[in-house]
Amino acid sequence: METILEVNNVVKQFGGFTALSGVNVKVHKGERLGLIGPNGSGKTTLINCISGAFTDYQGAIHFNGQDISKLKAHERTKRGIARSFQIPRPFSSMTVMENLLVPFAFVGGKDGPEQQEEAMTILRGMGLADKAFVQSNQLSQVELRKMELARAMAAKPKLLISDEAMAGLSGNEVDEVLDILFGLNKLGITIIMIEHIMQAVMKFSERIICLDAGKIICEGTPETIVKNPEVQRAYLGD
Amino acid sequence: MNVNEYIFFAGFVILQFVVLATAWNILGGYAGYVNFGVPAFIAVGAYSAVVLFKSISAPLVVQIIGGGILAGLLGLMVGLLTLKLRGIFFSIATVAVVFILETVVMNWRYVGGATGLQLTRPPDLWIFDTYTRMLFFVMAVLAVCSVSIARYIQDSFLGRGLRAVRDSEEAAECSGVPTLKIKLIACTISGALMGVAGAPMPMYLSYIEPTATFNLNYSISALGMPIIGGTSHWIGPVIGALLLATIQQIVTVTVSNELNVLVVGVLLVLFVVLAPDGILGLIKKWKQSSK
Repeated sequence: METILEVNNVVKQFGGFTALSGVNVKVHKGERLGLIGPNGSGKTTLINCISGAFTDYQGAIHFNGQDISKLKAHERTKRGIARSFQIPRPFSSMTVMENLLVPFAFVGGKDGPEQQEEAMTILRGMGLADKAFVQSNQLSQVELRKMELARAMAAKPKLLISDEAMAGLSGNEVDEVLDILFGLNKLGITIIMIEHIMQAVMKFSERIICLDAGKIICEGTPETIVKNPEVQRAYLGD
Repeated sequence: MNVNEYIFFAGFVILQFVVLATAWNILGGYAGYVNFGVPAFIAVGAYSAVVLFKSISAPLVVQIIGGGILAGLLGLMVGLLTLKLRGIFFSIATVAVVFILETVVMNWRYVGGATGLQLTRPPDLWIFDTYTRMLFFVMAVLAVCSVSIARYIQDSFLGRGLRAVRDSEEAAECSGVPTLKIKLIACTISGALMGVAGAPMPMYLSYIEPTATFNLNYSISALGMPIIGGTSHWIGPVIGALLLATIQQIVTVTVSNELNVLVVGVLLVLFVVLAPDGILGLIKKWKQSSK
C-alpha cells in the first residue's frame, strides 16, 4: 500500500519534559487510523507536529513523499493536511458559510459563487445546510464539531486529522459524526482519528496505534489492540 | 469664502483622527492586535516631512508620501520583531517603540532635538485662500483614501484572513491562512496610514517638538475611537472618530483642552462595559429587536 504520511523518529520536548520520544508512524493512503492513549500520552502533541502547529521538533515528517518538517501549518494545509481541534475553534465573528470560505480563499485561491456552492454541498453532507448563514458562535456542540470537519473539508485535504471530534457528544451524536467520517473516508480521504470513546475508535479504525508517555507501545487491528496487555496497563494501571 | 478659519483648523484635527482610527483598526480591529505605538508612527510621518522640507524644500505631497513610506517601513520592522508575540506582550512591545524613537528624536539636533523646530510655511496655496484650508482639503483627501483602503481590505481575502486570525490564530493557520504574512501586511499598511496622518502636522502647527508629537494620548484616541464606533466594520472607526474628535474640539473651545482625554476615557469605559461592540453593535441590536 502507498504511504501518504511518514513520521520518522520524532522527538518533541517542552523544556525538560519529553512529550514525544522517537515516534515512528506510517499512514497508508485511504487508511482509517485510530490514535489512542491515556491523557498526557502525547497524542495531541504528535498531531500538532504533523499539522505544523509545532515545527520545533527533532526527526522528520514526510507527506506524499516530500519532507514537510520545516513547513508552517498553512503550508502543510495547502499540501493536503487538515485538522479539527480538540476544543472547537470556530471563527466566531463569521457565519458557518464564511468559516468555510476562509480555506477556500487561502488554499484554493477563490471564494466566489462557485466556492459558496461547493461549501453548501459540504454543509449538506454534514447536515448543516440550514445553519449556513447562522453566526458560528450560536451553534450547539455537535454542530460546532461538524462545522470544524466541514471547514477542514473546505481545504480539500488528502489527510484529515480528527482530534477528539466526539468529545462531549451523546451516543446519537457520536454516531452522526462517525457516519460523516466514514463518508469522508469513502471519498478517498485518509483519516487519523484521536478519540477517547473506545467504541467509536474500534468501530472506525482499520488500524490503531497506542501511545503512552510519548512512545508507541503497540499497534495493530482493533481486535489485537483491545487484548494487548500493554494497552490495558496504560489505561488501567498495573 | 467667508467662513471662520477655526472650522478648517478644527476640521483638520477631526479628519486626522478619522485617518488614525481607520489605520489603527486595520491591525487592532480586524486582526485583534492592539497597537499602543500610534505616536511612533505619527512621529515618523511628521519628522520625515520635516527632514524632507528642511533638506530639499519638498512640497507637501512629497512630504506625505515620504512620511507614509517610512512609517510603513517602521510598521514592517515592528511587525517582524513583535508580531510573533500575542496579546498584551505585543501591545507592550509597541509602547517601547514610542520611547525608543522619542529618545532618538530628543537627541537629534537637525530636527530641533528636545526644544523643537519652528517652520515657515511655503507660499504655495494652490487654489486655496489660506494654508490651513489647503491642509484641511489635503487631510480630507487622505481620510477618503484611508477609509477606501480599509473598506477594500475588509472585503478582500486579507480582511477575511485577519478576522480569522482575531478569532483563532491556530485555526486560521490550519485553514491555510499565512498568519504572519497577513499580519505583517496589515501592520505595514496601518503604520503607513498613521505616518500619512502625521506628515502634514508640522506644516499645520508651523512647529514640531517631540513631547507633543510622541504623546501617548494619540494611542488612547486611536484605539478609543474604533472601539466606541465598532471595530468589526470599516465605518465604525469613522463614526467613532467623527463623534469623539468633534466632541473633543467642542470641549476644547467651550471648556478646556485638558478635558479632551477625560472625554475619551469616560466614553471608552462606558462603551467597553455597556456596549463592547460599539455604536455599530448597538445599531445591530436595535435593528434585531425592532424586527
